Amino acid sequence: MIQELKDHATLADDFNKDEDRVGWHDDTLWWIREKRDKIAWQVPDWELLRDAASNIKDHVLSNLNPYLLQFEANAIANGITVHWAADAAGHNQIVLNILREKEINKLVKSKSMLTEECHLNDFLADNGVDVIDSDLGERIVQLAEEPPSHIVLPCIHKKKEEIGALFHKHLGTPEGNSDPQLLTEAARHHLRETFLSRKATVTGINFAVAETGEFVICTNEGNADMGAHLADVHIACMGIEKIIPERKDLGVFLRLLARSATGQPITTYSSHFKKPRENQEMHIILVDNGRTKQLGREDFRNSLKCIRCGACMNTCPVYRRSGGHSYHYAITGPIGAILAPNLDMEKYSDLPFASTLCGSCTNVCPVKIDIHQQLYKWRQVIVQNGYAPKAKELSMKMMAFTLSSPFVYHTAGKMGRAVLKYAPFTVNNSFNPWYKQRDMPEVPSASFGEWYKKNRN
Amino acid sequence: MKVGLFIPCYVDQFYPNAAIATLQLLEKLGVDVTYPANQTCCGQPMANSGFEHLTGGCNTLFMANFKEFDYIVAPSGSCVLHIKEHIHTSNHEDDKNISGKIYELTEFLTDVLKVTNLTANFPFKVGLHQSCHGQRGLHISQMSELVEAPFSKPQTLLNMVQNIEMIDLKRKDECCGFGGTFCVTEEAVSAKMGKDRVLDHENNGAEYITGVDLSCLMHMEGILKRKNSKTKVIHIAEILNAS
Repeated sequence: MIQELKDHATLADDFNKDEDRVGWHDDTLWWIREKRDKIAWQVPDWELLRDAASNIKDHVLSNLNPYLLQFEANAIANGITVHWAADAAGHNQIVLNILREKEINKLVKSKSMLTEECHLNDFLADNGVDVIDSDLGERIVQLAEEPPSHIVLPCIHKKKEEIGALFHKHLGTPEGNSDPQLLTEAARHHLRETFLSRKATVTGINFAVAETGEFVICTNEGNADMGAHLADVHIACMGIEKIIPERKDLGVFLRLLARSATGQPITTYSSHFKKPRENQEMHIILVDNGRTKQLGREDFRNSLKCIRCGACMNTCPVYRRSGGHSYHYAITGPIGAILAPNLDMEKYSDLPFASTLCGSCTNVCPVKIDIHQQLYKWRQVIVQNGYAPKAKELSMKMMAFTLSSPFVYHTAGKMGRAVLKYAPFTVNNSFNPWYKQRDMPEVPSASFGEWYKKNRN
Repeated sequence: MKVGLFIPCYVDQFYPNAAIATLQLLEKLGVDVTYPANQTCCGQPMANSGFEHLTGGCNTLFMANFKEFDYIVAPSGSCVLHIKEHIHTSNHEDDKNISGKIYELTEFLTDVLKVTNLTANFPFKVGLHQSCHGQRGLHISQMSELVEAPFSKPQTLLNMVQNIEMIDLKRKDECCGFGGTFCVTEEAVSAKMGKDRVLDHENNGAEYITGVDLSCLMHMEGILKRKNSKTKVIHIAEILNAS
């Protein structure tokens, strides 16, 4: 069934129908933002660390080709099979081919935003492969048949009572019980069985080290390790921007990642994978899927510096009050709003407008992506490409006409104030979105310009 | 030193008292200040909506009105930031020149005039709203996201006002949700942001919410009035000029 495409404003409007819930969502994420602040302040050179990370990533983006080739050569030398995928479809097909060759139809997957971006789960399901997500949050949204609403905290939009009901239905926990300890224990048993019975695992990659051909996966639950250590086939998927030059660079990125993401000093597990175990197969899929196109966009290329920490979501006052699903893209929040239009400018033309351009995202970004500046620039590109609503275009043209002429401006100002004063019902009604929850400003008897003419000239 | 007074369009039309206070304050401090009558708008409403290409008329007009002044001062961080970052005319040297000499009112007072005392008196409890474009754009105060020493140009000036009592906020620099056309295109989120911001001030006993940008204050005023709140908004120029 084709669902009607709703834009961010409409989805956010739906989310705001339950104001208490919005308040709860906002407070929960703000609490994480505060945890991030506290732990950042414990690193006196925090801003220098951000500079260092930004510089390393800039350097990588300018030398992506040699670093990717170096990584590939080292990974192959380590005994890993390396695949290249131009797009999401190519990536998904490679995963399926590997599984088919081994006659495997069950898979356990740890968190990977790339596979979300590629819609791997749906593709595999359509091809008869059963996928179980092993990250607890991802498993919860998978059971709820929803996409993740946050890249680090996939089920942050769900209250524990809702998770209790979901687990009762799917995992047989007692009805009405939402004790986090009990629910986590239930998930543990359920996943333990999964880990033991699956012969293949898919994981993401946080950092791929060109110097050594190894890759690093950061998790708090150890679920990537559990999957990788028990499976005969380990498929690790990465966007081509995940490369870092040397192992020592991890000293910069691992310090920034968890602090920015959740306010922890480091993730519980930062696991290095260098070569397959005996009798194990290890695959790496290097995926482009629009990244080289973004690299070619001068104004937007440095969005590829992103290390997927989610700090921009936690700090974004709009994200906190509209929920991750309102972004209708795998990567939600401000960073998603500058990545998505690169893939489909028309479909995601609303996202760069879902911001007040307050700039908080840019300030928390551990790799110093100028997110809010890019939101502004995407707005211009989207309008230039003809994806602005026609009514908006017309009103903007009228506004530009009025404001380009002092005479028209002064006349319109006078008329506008007169209308507000003598016929307030023309604006104080439900057709005016301002008036829905806010009063109009009081109308002064004269503009400043009129006052100045009388009092100073 | 000749100063051109830039009064943003919506301040001109809806908040003349803030503009008058700005003018009087500058005059009190001995500044030779003039208001060019043919000014309209900085062009930001179009540009932030993705229509920067329609701001040519505003840019040309702004240049014609303000080119000759030594400094341009405005009671708005947002409009100043827009001109600073986005004024584009046929002459890039002129653009650079404008960007270098335009100031938001409080930064002009602290950085150019180096004001160290004021005669103002304002015996009320006041909450300071950090407007994003002034704070994160023009850096008129330190930002809670950065690990850097705190400072605040508006607060430095408010500290010179007699009998004022500043209140602390739970979230000291969160956006109010105005965001230009965002306030109507994303009405639900915008209004919720405004309600939350206003509540923080009310919960901490603010009689007035002040700030450097009337756009934010206008937004919060709309919400305060709708809920019949006792808390009012006032532009910082009106406090610094109060006697």
